[in-house]
Amino acid sequence: MATEVLVPLAGNIWVVLVNVGDEVEEDDELLVIEALKMENPVYAPCDGTVSEIRVKKGDVVEDDDVLMLIEES
Amino acid sequence: MVFFENMGLLALTPGMVFMWVIGFVLIYLAITRQYEPLLLLPIGFGIIITNLPLSFLMEPGEGLIWRFYHYGIEWEIIPPLIFLGLGALTDFSALLSQPRLIFLGAAAQVGVYVTFFIAYAMGFSLEEAATIGIIGGADGPTTIYLAARLAPQLLGACAVAAYSYMALVPIIMPPIMKLLTTDTERKIRMKKGRKVTAREKVFFPLIAAMVIILLVPASAPLIAMFMMGNLFRESKVVERLNDTAQNSLMNIVTIFLGVSIGATMNAEVFLRKEVIFIFFLGLFAFMISTASGILLAKFMNLFTSNKINPLVGAAGVSAVPMAARVVQKVGAAADKRNYLLMFAMGPNIAGVIGTVIAAGIFISILK
Repeated sequence: MATEVLVPLAGNIWVVLVNVGDEVEEDDELLVIEALKMENPVYAPCDGTVSEIRVKKGDVVEDDDVLMLIEES
Repeated sequence: MVFFENMGLLALTPGMVFMWVIGFVLIYLAITRQYEPLLLLPIGFGIIITNLPLSFLMEPGEGLIWRFYHYGIEWEIIPPLIFLGLGALTDFSALLSQPRLIFLGAAAQVGVYVTFFIAYAMGFSLEEAATIGIIGGADGPTTIYLAARLAPQLLGACAVAAYSYMALVPIIMPPIMKLLTTDTERKIRMKKGRKVTAREKVFFPLIAAMVIILLVPASAPLIAMFMMGNLFRESKVVERLNDTAQNSLMNIVTIFLGVSIGATMNAEVFLRKEVIFIFFLGLFAFMISTASGILLAKFMNLFTSNKINPLVGAAGVSAVPMAARVVQKVGAAADKRNYLLMFAMGPNIAGVIGTVIAAGIFISILK
């Protein structure tokens, strides 16, 4: 089952740290959202494999947009 | 001989040299630590050049920088123009989606009033005490505005105190925040507020300007400019004005502001023991304001199930957005998945308006 990673706070995507197919563990940093000149890391909600990434560097994201999907292992 | 008599070197005093050191320290901090460089760099330079004897840069009626000071600050033009830019930079969404956070911005003005009474008890005049207290609001232009109105002799010291403490927000605030909250409280995750519509954001500056100015007319110059800047932003039809207000115009007036403030600090005015008290009282005001925001948040939590993370109360001291960033950092240290930044912006912005209102109240009572 795929788990959605949601935007915790609105901002710009500063950097995406993972690729589709990467194995991640809970609490790994997936990407960084820049808001108010502050870099805010977004962490993996569960262990699994990144199955889809819906954003890229520079995108503007709003609260609760889906950032990526993680296939739980 | 005339040349030698007019040479500044011979009129130099030890006080002036000491002021150079202060100027160099501010420039050093601005460059190496990036402490509020946009202000502290020109202020530092202003301090140095005003303490070069016989230059007459601050000579009333003729000096170049005196003219900047007189027409920009004494005439109360520059601080309101800065507020125009701040209004254009401000997004009220965080506040509008959770209006109860306004109270936290108001609570943070407690430090202003407590310090006002203490400074008065210590022998400062009412006008001076008000100017010192307002440092606790951590809002530069408001401090300068009030000082120019009530106690111009303290303007330099109060402005430097306000901007220094703003730069030191990441050092001053966290210990107070940790002291007054438990680990469980720091981990509170707040529920997101409702979505704010574009229409609300257009109406807000109009209504807020009218209500605040009707209640506290003395705050009108700052509030009117702030809300007009915000209307530029939210109306979406005057992008050029919005852009100019928050970028070019703000940068231009910042240049004149910084150098003029620095130039008010000549050795005779600045090197008095009162100035040391001002720095201590300003710091005290700042700490009380931080604490009172947190304590009010804890108090509000007694009556609501939709808990407020008390850390966001600390952002009620204005210092936008540094105070909100500090809240985010301290919150994330307790729970790295807790994103308090946007919640903290609510009290942060309310704190700016609260400080302007506090200044307006002082002006209407004391002037």
